[in-house]
Amino acid sequence: MSTETNSLLEPKSTEQLLDAEKFLQAYRAMRTIRSFEDRISEQFMKGNIPGFLHLYSGQEAVAAGICLLLDDNDYVISTHRGHGHCIAKGADVGAMMKEIMAKQGGLCDGKGGSMHIADFDKGMLGANAIVGGGPPIIVGAALSAKTLGTDRVGVAFGGDGSSNQGTTFEAMNLAVVLKLPAIFLFENNGYGEGTHASYAVGSRDIASRAQGFGMPAYQVDGTDLFAVYETCRKAVEHCRAGKGPVTIEANVPRFKGHFEGDPQAYRGEQEVEKLMKDQDCLAIARARALKEKIVKAKDLDRVDQEVAELIEQATEAALAAPAPDDSELLKNVYSSAY
Amino acid sequence: MPVKTYREAINEALHQAMREDSTVIVLGEEVSGGAGCDGSRDAYGGVMGVTKGLLPAYGEARVIDTPITESAIIGAAAGAAQTGLRPVAELMFMDFFGVCFDQIYNQAAKFHYMFGGKAQCPMVIRCTTGAGWRAGAQHSQNLTQMVTMVPGLKVVCPTNAYDAKGLMLQAIQDNDCVIFVEDKILYDTSCEVPDEMYTVPFGEAKFYREGSDLTIVAISNPMHKVLAVVDRLASEGISCDVIDPRTTSPLDEEAILESVETTGRLIVVDEMTPRCGLAADISSIVAEKAFDSLRAPIRKVTAAHSPVPFAPNLEDTWMPQESDIESAIRDVLEYA
Repeated sequence: MSTETNSLLEPKSTEQLLDAEKFLQAYRAMRTIRSFEDRISEQFMKGNIPGFLHLYSGQEAVAAGICLLLDDNDYVISTHRGHGHCIAKGADVGAMMKEIMAKQGGLCDGKGGSMHIADFDKGMLGANAIVGGGPPIIVGAALSAKTLGTDRVGVAFGGDGSSNQGTTFEAMNLAVVLKLPAIFLFENNGYGEGTHASYAVGSRDIASRAQGFGMPAYQVDGTDLFAVYETCRKAVEHCRAGKGPVTIEANVPRFKGHFEGDPQAYRGEQEVEKLMKDQDCLAIARARALKEKIVKAKDLDRVDQEVAELIEQATEAALAAPAPDDSELLKNVYSSAY
Repeated sequence: MPVKTYREAINEALHQAMREDSTVIVLGEEVSGGAGCDGSRDAYGGVMGVTKGLLPAYGEARVIDTPITESAIIGAAAGAAQTGLRPVAELMFMDFFGVCFDQIYNQAAKFHYMFGGKAQCPMVIRCTTGAGWRAGAQHSQNLTQMVTMVPGLKVVCPTNAYDAKGLMLQAIQDNDCVIFVEDKILYDTSCEVPDEMYTVPFGEAKFYREGSDLTIVAISNPMHKVLAVVDRLASEGISCDVIDPRTTSPLDEEAILESVETTGRLIVVDEMTPRCGLAADISSIVAEKAFDSLRAPIRKVTAAHSPVPFAPNLEDTWMPQESDIESAIRDVLEYA
């Protein structure tokens, strides 16, 4: 993954834009994502979660950073690595846990699971198990915002893998043509499944490719919450001002495999250990916030403790919840009379 | 009652729906047409002229020309449908579904179910189908069966102008993704169509003729060939029940089964390829649920199992023709 300086690369954040309240909000989201995923990974190994899990660990600063700028009226659409986006957008962690464990009371009544988790009350239009499936849909959400005259913004999360899909190109072009308030936020974690971006992304980087569609595009260090926030702030303001779409490429590490259980034979020796030691966005954010005296260590410790309790309760409740009733099978195939 | 063409009937439905509900938008390639052309923004009104006049009435914000970008058109319609609009997207030719099929069957069709009933996708995809235009293999095929098999989609195939208007108004009100299949051969056909708004419900078949010797189910354009044959054979005393399901999903199974229980014979006519098709589907429903009523083998009259050929003589042979329908009727009636 390219982190060389070029015209698109945003400088490391020097301005301190996050006050204690905002920082704590972001930190809580990041910590919740990390703890949630550590716990579902453990439950998966115990056999309590069916199907696949694609974890977001290492990328938390991106979801937390942009969602600080969004409210429930703004839209996001996610990828199959979608728990982080869902939590950062404000979804109920207990209902998420139930959904992933395929239990009653889950966000999607047990019909979606990890790869299709959604919370429409929070503007989270769904994790999408089709790589590149989301960008055209967020263009539609942005079209609604423009047509209905609201100042809502739509954010399509995607990975470096989705940047190579035709649907993504079509969505970016249409957003430019119709001047829609859409942000294409690529989290370049270096891997599309098991294939490295240096092989699969033909252009120098994703941001410059997006710029070719005729929109502003930025690169940002996705491990730096402050830099992410600063870049996203510009993008959201651009969209809310009716100036059309923006692309952001955030370079981030992927701490986990493509899916839980992935032996990751394609990765370098000690690669993950090094990334976790040097590029952990939680540790980086914590160190900077303490150094700049935005918050005190005890404030962060308190958040850690509260999140631990939240995850514990969510896990226990989900484990205890019943599976969906068999009679649910044919419910909601159609929303109106068939 | 005023007589209108199939094209005018759909246009009128779009006008009325857009007038009644400001969340209805129309988008697609050259639906106003073509964007950027000096002084003639309403010149085209879609490749078949069905959306003409909408732009001056409802403006650029609601009548949206797109680039040639099928995945983005359908994805944008689906995203807009989830977030407060009622889009009618035009896909020009049904043959182009392959370009954007993920957005149809993995996205729009599944939102409501996989998100636990918390999302709705009230959108219409208009498309044209049908052979006979000498347009070759990539602009002539009917893929209605491919969308009919997808749970979550509703599929509408109007055979006349009256149904086209009422079904379109119903489709726009519907809260699910509706595929609206317009046979291009029918655009200039006409019948009486009321000026006022009305809806034709989904899942209710229409009986074109009532008879006792055999049941003929026909979908889309072949219905008109069936009627010509049936009316000719009436002079020989052959009496047919002729049923148009109008929507293939939902399908009015009850009407078909009740008819076969009376007549004991079934012919299904459509202009799709025969394998895994609608004719096969309807035949299997009848074989499974009304077997005891059957007095003769069921006959399918479909297109040939090949891409649509270009040469006029070959294309005519490919399509079900009146002679094919007539011989099927005679065969079934002669069966001991």
